[in-house]
Amino acid sequence: MRDLVIIGGGPAGMSAAIAARESGIQDILILERDGQLGGILQQCIHNGFGLHMFGEELTGPEYAWKYEKKVNELGIEYKLNTMVLDITEDKIITATNSSDGVFQIKAKAIILAMGCRERSKGALNIAGTRPAGIYSAGTAQKYVNTMGYLPGKNVVILGSGDIGLIMARRMTLEGAKVHAVCELMSYSGGLARNIEQCLNDFNIPLRLEHTVVEIHGKDRLEGVTVARVDQNRKPIPETREYIPCDTLLLSVGLIPENELSKKADIKLSGVTNGAVVDQDRHTSCEGIFACGNVLHVHDLVDFVSKEAEIAGKSAAEYIKSGKKQSFVIPIKADGKIRYSVPQIITEAKDVTVYFRVSDVYKNAKIVITDGNKTVLSKNKAKLAPGEMEKITLKAEQIKSVKELHFCLEV
Amino acid sequence: MYDVAIIGAGVIGGMTARTLSKYNLKICILEKENDVAMGATKANSAIVHAGFDAKVGSLKARLNVQGSKKMPAVCKELGVKYKNNGSLVIGFDDEDRNTLNELLNRGIKNGVEGLRIVEKQELKQMEPNLSDDVLCALYAPTGAIICPYDLTIAAIGNAMDNGAELKRNFAVESIDDTLNGYIIKSQNDSVEARFAVNCAGIYSDKIAALAGDNGFDVHARRGEYILLDKECGGMVTHTIFRTPTKMGKGILVSPTVDGNLLLGPTSVDITDKENKATTQDGIDEIIKKAKENLVTLPLAKTITSFCGLRAVGSTGDFIINSPKKHFINAAGIESPGLSASPAIAKYIVELLSEQGLTLVKKQNYNPIRMSSHTFFEASTEEKNKMIKENPSYGRIVCRCEGITEGEIIDAIHRNPGARDLDGIKRRTRAQMGRCQGGFCGPYITEILSRELEIPFDKVTKFGGQSLINVAKTKGGAPQ
Amino acid sequence: MIERKLTCIVCPLGCELTVTLEENRVLEVRGNTCKRGEAYAQNECTNPKRTVTSTVLCEDGCTVSVKTDEPIPKEKIFECLEVINSTTARLPIKIGDVIIKNVCGSNIVATQNRSK
Repeated sequence: MRDLVIIGGGPAGMSAAIAARESGIQDILILERDGQLGGILQQCIHNGFGLHMFGEELTGPEYAWKYEKKVNELGIEYKLNTMVLDITEDKIITATNSSDGVFQIKAKAIILAMGCRERSKGALNIAGTRPAGIYSAGTAQKYVNTMGYLPGKNVVILGSGDIGLIMARRMTLEGAKVHAVCELMSYSGGLARNIEQCLNDFNIPLRLEHTVVEIHGKDRLEGVTVARVDQNRKPIPETREYIPCDTLLLSVGLIPENELSKKADIKLSGVTNGAVVDQDRHTSCEGIFACGNVLHVHDLVDFVSKEAEIAGKSAAEYIKSGKKQSFVIPIKADGKIRYSVPQIITEAKDVTVYFRVSDVYKNAKIVITDGNKTVLSKNKAKLAPGEMEKITLKAEQIKSVKELHFCLEV
Repeated sequence: MYDVAIIGAGVIGGMTARTLSKYNLKICILEKENDVAMGATKANSAIVHAGFDAKVGSLKARLNVQGSKKMPAVCKELGVKYKNNGSLVIGFDDEDRNTLNELLNRGIKNGVEGLRIVEKQELKQMEPNLSDDVLCALYAPTGAIICPYDLTIAAIGNAMDNGAELKRNFAVESIDDTLNGYIIKSQNDSVEARFAVNCAGIYSDKIAALAGDNGFDVHARRGEYILLDKECGGMVTHTIFRTPTKMGKGILVSPTVDGNLLLGPTSVDITDKENKATTQDGIDEIIKKAKENLVTLPLAKTITSFCGLRAVGSTGDFIINSPKKHFINAAGIESPGLSASPAIAKYIVELLSEQGLTLVKKQNYNPIRMSSHTFFEASTEEKNKMIKENPSYGRIVCRCEGITEGEIIDAIHRNPGARDLDGIKRRTRAQMGRCQGGFCGPYITEILSRELEIPFDKVTKFGGQSLINVAKTKGGAPQ
Repeated sequence: MIERKLTCIVCPLGCELTVTLEENRVLEVRGNTCKRGEAYAQNECTNPKRTVTSTVLCEDGCTVSVKTDEPIPKEKIFECLEVINSTTARLPIKIGDVIIKNVCGSNIVATQNRSK
């Protein structure tokens, strides 16, 4: 029996472990599938991490190192190259690695910190051939930054998520030519700064309302056909245009990796694809917490670390004193607000609610109501789906409400 | 000098090689691609048909019924997954019912066992997710599902374990008569063999022509498919066909042996035998028609779409004959070719024997091949024993499908060894899950590079010029 | 007097800045939410700079990730990369080690640890 087992040793897992240790839990074990701690940060060699947490701009590996050092200083135990195969509602974890074989651990509490994965090309059903040269942007990032190989020299990128933008610049710096970044929507899903410093700096065209409609090439990719899309996001045949290229990178979204959560029958949100949690990041399964990109996809690792601190502290409290849920206040989001995390509140304390909008809105007002009563409202000059918003509710605002409706008045 | 050269390493070539490897014969299999099972065998409906479809008295009908009867035993020996899930041909109106009755009668004449018509109530109990508009169905309890490339890899692996040779990247360019057989040449290699068997799929007419037989044509029929996530595999338990109409057979919905859900195929005749591109029209057609069969279709769970080319012969039946001495054609093997394959192989060996090939049984013939999924399916205790002996079984490489480094190394070194990323995928399922190799692709590339002792940037997706990487980022340094 | 629109890249907020310029002199910056945004606009209009990140070859054939420890003039990015790409680093390497001194006014430092 272990007190706390954390699944995943990326930024969320490490931060949660540190927070739990600092809240007094001695017996902590991190299970990490890779050969080192840090998760995906190890291949994110660009800068821009850590402004919120450390007040300086760090690269991914540097950000990870700060946490890894802390994990080591605090003597938190971890197992590398260890893959968790199963978890149950009773908090029994089955995992495997080369030295221990397949083994089981029972834990008083579990924190899920498995991160997310990229949406694959299969899900897009793009017509055409199936040659080599098509990668998700993160896979290309692994080849370039970790393995030291260049997947191609003439590149088209589909999707303007941050990894796609970062890889547009990265491939350019390594001598490739990026011909276009196509984005199905009328706005980019990436951060404005990345459009500026990854595309504009290198004169890489961002083609909004464009998609790839056909893939060409037998052995290796030879080109793609792109087309403009109409309001229903259907390609317009007359706008078809052939772009010769040997590489197509996909940056078409991230999906929380919740295969294990499903095994434990944890309630998941159809919108975030992550667990439904309360303000403590406690899932529907008692004693199982979730944080980081496995819960919902974050824009910034700093927010992941912060969220993981909440999960780490809460798990520590749970281990020490058990669950105390006195009531349940559901948070409901209207159509313009896509989702919120947490989705429920179970304790009257100050709660920061994170949320994402479903379109670009200017000069909008966020209004939080309970029935006819307005609990809180806040004006926002600009809201975009690519940028997570937050709003803090005070304990006294929460105390008497039945449910909270998050609306956007435009 | 070989006794028999088999041209084409698809399911027919593979099953033939395996059947011949029982005897004291020197056999080689010539394959134009970098791996086996790369043609029609790679992309089809993965079904062992019961046998009610084919015209009474045709070779197709006879070999289908014989083949599907043999299939469970063959799969058991070869460690190939086979699931007797039964099939249903669903009908929506009285016209469909008439057709189903015709199929029932034809099936009985073909010797298919257990066929019967089931009515809506029973049907909905058997398959609750079927559309509420269904009226009745033809139930074939002997219908089954199988993994066609797993079968082919296992058959060729077993043949190789029993002494057969596989020559990859051997695209036959000429077949010339010699005093006692044939000399078969590719661009930079040649083999001599007393007997030649043409199992060249969509190119079997071209191969026959190289040997001087212009008696038939084979054209390609495109079939597009959509594969859904394992979460959807349980939507149906039987293979669901639509009642065939003048417009064709319609779209089937079937679970796969690995638990995914398969939708397809479209059916379009094309002239370009290399055109395996999927089309927007094809994908749209599958979606539209598959939706008619089921109450809901979770398309958001799509993993991939792909296209296969079926080899359609000009005679309407399988073309299995000997147009000249010591030369056998097995051409135009379209559906139900996979189902018939054990019987086709047996038939080919009979024809070879009639032509004078002496069949003397090997003393040390081993019909058994260990399943590719031995580790995966082992108990925890067995796994731990294997991990202790070989720690690479403890390192998960493909997290979506839970495939270990040890299994990937096995796939590279067992007959017929994987040489590229797609070869690993077909043997182990690594890269076949939700992320489609996004995470494990780089690691598998590394393992292939190491085990095959080839540079990292020479690893391919499927041979030829299908390179994964084109250069080092920091050039010129010693590796 | 001209106006120039910029997207601030100092932090992930990505503020839309409007800069009023006269003969390459910044008269006014609007749209920024912090002081750093103002400084960014100043620099971006007079001497734009970027932090460059890449990898350097190590003696064992692997690579190590690196960055310029100060932003360098934007037009010198590829000049800087040329130096980075023609360097082979000795092992072991610790985060923060200077791999190459004084490239385009900045040092190239390691952002990963690499053992021998």
